[in-house]
Amino acid sequence: MKGKIEKLIINALVDYNEELENPAYGNPDEKTRLYSSEGGMDSIALVGFIADLEERLAVEFNKDIILADERAMSQKRSPFLSVQLLANYIENLLLESEE
Amino acid sequence: MSNVILITGTRKGIGKELAQYYLKNSWNVIGCSRGETTISDKSYQHYQFDVSDEKSVIKIVREVSRKFGKIDVLLNNAGIASMNHLLLTPIDKAKDIFNTNFFGSFLLMREVGKIMTKKKNGRIVNFTTVAVPLNLDGEAIYAASKAAVESLTKISAKELAPYGITVNAVGPSPVKTDLIKVVPKDKISDLVSKQAIKRLGEFNDVVNVINFFIDKNSNFITGQIIYLGGISG
Repeated sequence: MKGKIEKLIINALVDYNEELENPAYGNPDEKTRLYSSEGGMDSIALVGFIADLEERLAVEFNKDIILADERAMSQKRSPFLSVQLLANYIENLLLESEE
Repeated sequence: MSNVILITGTRKGIGKELAQYYLKNSWNVIGCSRGETTISDKSYQHYQFDVSDEKSVIKIVREVSRKFGKIDVLLNNAGIASMNHLLLTPIDKAKDIFNTNFFGSFLLMREVGKIMTKKKNGRIVNFTTVAVPLNLDGEAIYAASKAAVESLTKISAKELAPYGITVNAVGPSPVKTDLIKVVPKDKISDLVSKQAIKRLGEFNDVVNVINFFIDKNSNFITGQIIYLGGISG
């Protein structure tokens, strides 16, 4: 499932980058930084990206999950730092929602 | 495709009139309330849910977004008005008022806002009341919940501006609806006497302000609270 989630994030990033035009997202992979001072998105772009991603996840997995919940915000290592971290985080949320 | 407007609290009162008004003006209207609707129109779709229920809000907003591909306008009309002395207000009633008036508005703004960011365009209109600037006695909890809506309006206007979304609020003076049926007549006339223009509000007064806020030319108007009848904040 993780691979599927990573692919979904990467596709969303490629589409979103048509608007952002950020060279760092030219050819994204699992290591690509998302919300980061090192060439990533700023907070305004991140909010738009999360909104888009939540909708894609709802369509793909038929689950209405909220990505920016208090757990994500309070984690020492933000899940929004990279594609990989975000994929791990989403996988956990999806598994929990099945319980 | 015609414009899509989501209005909360369309079962009766101003919400129902607003739904009928925008239907007449060729909008696709999405309405909701806890009860069933009496509106029947091919361009009207009604959802029955509680606006303070997070799961329902997420589910329905996404459903609307999938169906129409956009939501142009959100009118957070659903509200509970209640007059009670502070010393006689049960906590459950106070929570009920905040759940619908504040948390309901917040949840709809959050979820519809996500849809609007994609189009880089959107208009959100919240509902407040003249009870806030007038500090009306007997309305402590109701006015406090609407004061919270006003702060939400002003601050979210800043946060949503980068996405092309405006957020404003209209504060009707007493309008002839079910909400004021329960208010004693002398209270209403006392309230009207505090207005610059001393008459009861009409539906058209409310819709006039909303139309101004949602006009495509009003893209430089955000974070504003407009009270009817000449009450100042």
